[in-house]
Amino acid sequence: MTLLSLDMLLVLEKLVLIVIIVFASLGIALYTTFAERKVAAILQDRPGPERAGPFGLFQPLADGLKLIMKEEIIPNSSNKALFILGPGLAMTAALMTCAVIPWGSTVHLFGREINLQIADINIGILYVFGVVSLGVYGIMIGGWASNNKFSLMAALRGASQAISYELAMGIALIALLMTTNTLSLREIVVQQMAPGHLWNIAYQPLGFLLFFICAMAECNRTPFDLPEAENELNFGYHQEYSSMKLGFYLFSEYINMIMSSAIMASLYFGGFDIPFFDEKVLPQNIAALVGVGALLIKIVIFIFIFMWIRWTIPRFRYDQLMNLGWKSLIPLALANMLATGAWILYFG
Amino acid sequence: MEALTNRVKEVNRKPMTFIERLYIPSIFKGMSITFSHMFKKQPTIRYPEKTREFSPVFRGLHVLNRDEQGRERCTACGLCAVACPAEAITMEGAERLPGEENLYREEKYAAKYEINMLRCIFCGLCEEACPKEAIFLSETFAPANYSRQGFIYGKEDLVIPNPLTDPEGFAKAKGPSRNN
Repeated sequence: MTLLSLDMLLVLEKLVLIVIIVFASLGIALYTTFAERKVAAILQDRPGPERAGPFGLFQPLADGLKLIMKEEIIPNSSNKALFILGPGLAMTAALMTCAVIPWGSTVHLFGREINLQIADINIGILYVFGVVSLGVYGIMIGGWASNNKFSLMAALRGASQAISYELAMGIALIALLMTTNTLSLREIVVQQMAPGHLWNIAYQPLGFLLFFICAMAECNRTPFDLPEAENELNFGYHQEYSSMKLGFYLFSEYINMIMSSAIMASLYFGGFDIPFFDEKVLPQNIAALVGVGALLIKIVIFIFIFMWIRWTIPRFRYDQLMNLGWKSLIPLALANMLATGAWILYFG
Repeated sequence: MEALTNRVKEVNRKPMTFIERLYIPSIFKGMSITFSHMFKKQPTIRYPEKTREFSPVFRGLHVLNRDEQGRERCTACGLCAVACPAEAITMEGAERLPGEENLYREEKYAAKYEINMLRCIFCGLCEEACPKEAIFLSETFAPANYSRQGFIYGKEDLVIPNPLTDPEGFAKAKGPSRNN
């Protein structure tokens, strides 16, 4: 079964894995929109959606159907090619991140060792950064192609915000990478699973806080949702969009949220590691499945925290956002990096 | 300068302290407040299944009453129409024929009785004006309708179900707190 010196079974295995992970992320994102409405409602003493199906569980399907049935409007004065490209780019960039996330350890199936990760590349975290930076093009192109001043202003804000916060995020991450000595996400997780080694949050608490704040800014979540400031910019960069194109933008935000939760869980909270438990006592396949469950639980907790913050903290003003990014987060991240370096130099 | 009122408040313009500028403590405080709301009782009334109880003096849709033997009490005297400040009520009287004593209580009755619910202000003056206790306001409100014509309620909408043939409908139309 080798063709062009490629193991075709490996290709098949990866294809199956890609299909499962992409559809699982879409499904989770679908229900994250539902969870968002439910969490918002509960935090505000309301019942939230509960009419469509048992406990309102069919609500996201109804929402999706509604978006698809809406009229597709492409403004006459827009740049049509870019207008259509925008939401697709946002969605693609959001989904591409899931390729390097280690969703679990290895599964033994059909006489093969299947790695529950699409691509274990040795520069995994750099790849994530590259793809995440691409995400801003979705906003930028969408806002620019709409030929609407509000959309353009929102897109500019989104771009400047993403660039400012990527810096602090990267520097916070460098401190972590100095302690792990690897860029591969799987190796970072395996290191944290080793006995006697704590989760990275114990070694890099400040780094995690900075990374968390920047991740929130990268996902355009409140309090950093400046590209969607309804009261200043009407609706934001997707103002001219309708139907499923708008749906793609809204959806990519939720997928970004899931992916950044997964990355934070992998980098700082042991990924598929189950705390206070040795996975080696379980059979291999069951251990892998339980590990996937553990990662999913961590992701759900992160998503809940994202939502909890969204429904607590109001949006930053633009100057406050820039002050926080450039005058607080970047110096803190630099100090954290220097402290980590000094620690490694004298105690490592 | 002397203040015009005693409601003036001094605004604190002191620069924020370092702890305040960190934002973190106040963020955690805010988050604990929202978290505590997860365990609060929801005041929501799930509407179609449950309805909020009306107060005993609520004035809703009109009902034309019958007596204990199921005869219409209205004699088309027109006092309600005179009392009505919104001029929502119109009626036409007719004379009771021999053999109709089981339908109408007195010699004259309302052949046509219409209330325009779009004009009505539900003040209850018709109820007060009526000498025969024939009209009163119930505890339901006018449901939505597609046309203006649909809001002109005739006798078929207003007359209460017969207490002899349909006691349940009669009690329902009267409402739980009305027993006059």
